[in-house]
Amino acid sequence: MAQTVFAPWDDPQAKPLIQFKNVTKRFGDFTAIENLTQDIYEREFFSLLGPSGCGKTTLMRMLAGFENVTEGQILIAGQDMAHVPPNKRAVNMMFQSYALFPHLSVWENIAFGLKREGKPKDEIAARVEEMLRLTRLVKFAKRKPHQISGGQRQRVALARSLAKAPKLLLLDEPLGALDKKLRQDTQFELMDIQEKTGTTFVIVTHDQEEAMTVSSRVAVMDEGRIIQVATPAQIYEAPNSVYVADFIGDVNIINGVATKAEDGYLITWAEGQAPFMAKTPNLFADGQTCHLAIRPEKVAISAERPADAVNAVEGQIIDIAYLGNISTYHVKLVNGQMIKAQAANTRRLSRRTFTWEDRVWLSWTDTAAVMLER
Amino acid sequence: MRRFSWFNATSLTVGFAFLYLPMLILIIYSFNESRLVTVWAGFSTQWYGSLLQNQSFLDAAWVTIQVAIASSTIATVLGTMAAYVLVRGGRFMGRTVFSGMVYAPLVMPEVITGLSLLLLFIGIGLDRGIFTVVLAHTTFSMCFVSVVVSSRLVSFDKSLEEAALDLGCSPFDAFRLVTLPIIAPAVISGWLLAFTLSLDDLVIASFTAGPSATTLPIRIFSAVRMGVSPEINALSTIMIAIVTVGVVTASIVSKRSSLAQQRDEQAAARAT
Repeated sequence: MAQTVFAPWDDPQAKPLIQFKNVTKRFGDFTAIENLTQDIYEREFFSLLGPSGCGKTTLMRMLAGFENVTEGQILIAGQDMAHVPPNKRAVNMMFQSYALFPHLSVWENIAFGLKREGKPKDEIAARVEEMLRLTRLVKFAKRKPHQISGGQRQRVALARSLAKAPKLLLLDEPLGALDKKLRQDTQFELMDIQEKTGTTFVIVTHDQEEAMTVSSRVAVMDEGRIIQVATPAQIYEAPNSVYVADFIGDVNIINGVATKAEDGYLITWAEGQAPFMAKTPNLFADGQTCHLAIRPEKVAISAERPADAVNAVEGQIIDIAYLGNISTYHVKLVNGQMIKAQAANTRRLSRRTFTWEDRVWLSWTDTAAVMLER
Repeated sequence: MRRFSWFNATSLTVGFAFLYLPMLILIIYSFNESRLVTVWAGFSTQWYGSLLQNQSFLDAAWVTIQVAIASSTIATVLGTMAAYVLVRGGRFMGRTVFSGMVYAPLVMPEVITGLSLLLLFIGIGLDRGIFTVVLAHTTFSMCFVSVVVSSRLVSFDKSLEEAALDLGCSPFDAFRLVTLPIIAPAVISGWLLAFTLSLDDLVIASFTAGPSATTLPIRIFSAVRMGVSPEINALSTIMIAIVTVGVVTASIVSKRSSLAQQRDEQAAARAT
């Protein structure tokens, strides 16, 4: 069966649901968002990922209508949102603190937005029941928010924000307050609900694992700018900068100078050492400085120099981080550079091949590393 | 078990005696049969009966209640509005000055407040009566309400209001449906505070009340100057009883609800 890939951003015909057009937001002298232009499409699960203070929450609050745009425009479904107050937007938000109304029961919390629309009573009741079933809260309908657990509160918040069937749902660090196990379960629940309801989700998070798990596309932000927008796989495999490579997952960065070779580039990284080979679709001038980004799991570790390896380098194990299923070896090269290499622990710990102070060979293919300009 | 200590027992006795002995004597003598306040002549409830016949006391009590209800209600509305603006209004021109001025009557000597209000009422030609007492009491009790309510608003999670807006409330609806119900205990205790302040105010009322609007404290004070009568003891005992019942009920209710909340939270934590 041919599976159509969901990628409206590659389709020039697709109309974006949200358009940021040269949006700038300043708080006094501080620029939170700088000249940002970005489209988000219907049915997307779009993540804004970045360290705290990078402007991701501000971006979301502008979508909800709690902050005004200083310059530029935000369009939702083609309509300029500049003078539309939060209560007049077909946008709902799930707050980081959940912001459940403590004086209302779970049922009344979910019905709150529907009652404001002035819908008939039986219609409201039917919709609330539907939401309760969707979020598996039927048993708790009569309880007050302080009478349920953290995970249940989070589901009430989700049900309340979905009840009005918004075009766009904003989630501000929705799973921040949950412990790891519950968070993972909830991530899949969120994806499931997003698929069932067909709502566009924009989620703010600082947890890169969460962004990778749930998103159709991830936007990595830094200091009020979007550095890269791509699918989780692209972001991980083909970051466009050292910042993105470093922010998502673990990475080794080797600085060097590029020279054009037959089919790729040679990167001189230390005096008296054989240059590394790397392939890239991007163009580098001869003598241009570049950064090689290599994921630890793509670096193989062995006692002898592998005969057929394109890139191989010798080093000494300084440290071993044992994580159960895998181990990360910190290997020091001749020029002092540290390289992390990951290996699956297929054998029992007592039979581990390498130990501290061992001299080992690291190797990787010519496509494993990504060449970055900055 | 803690050991009995003479020191603790003595301080407890002395402390409570200091606080409650005057009131106890007043209550005992309200049941005195004799007209002479300081001579015990047997148990009787006649002064409670004659109090109910005393029209001037009843009139004064009625005036006091009217004034207290009206002024504490107006003060609660104004004080809550002031607190809301001061806490939520962000930075606006003259915010510091305004917040200082709202709280100034807290420390202003009552004589000065009363005198200045009297001068104002005379200046604008307002006849003194119930209305002027209500205005005066509103003025000085508003700042107490504002203090109580703003201390609650400071700890109020602003995202609750944003959530209400997000779900389609106008700003006024958000306040009415979300903020007000949640801060209601603070607003109610502000109202009670204003009510009590108005109930027992003598100084400001005597400046601003005309002959047509004698409040109970003014009436008692003028009666006492003629000599303390057992009727006043009876009246005071009734007031003490009302206050005691009110305070005890309020504390039982709040204690119960906080216990219930604790139980619920523990149950929720276990169910996780």
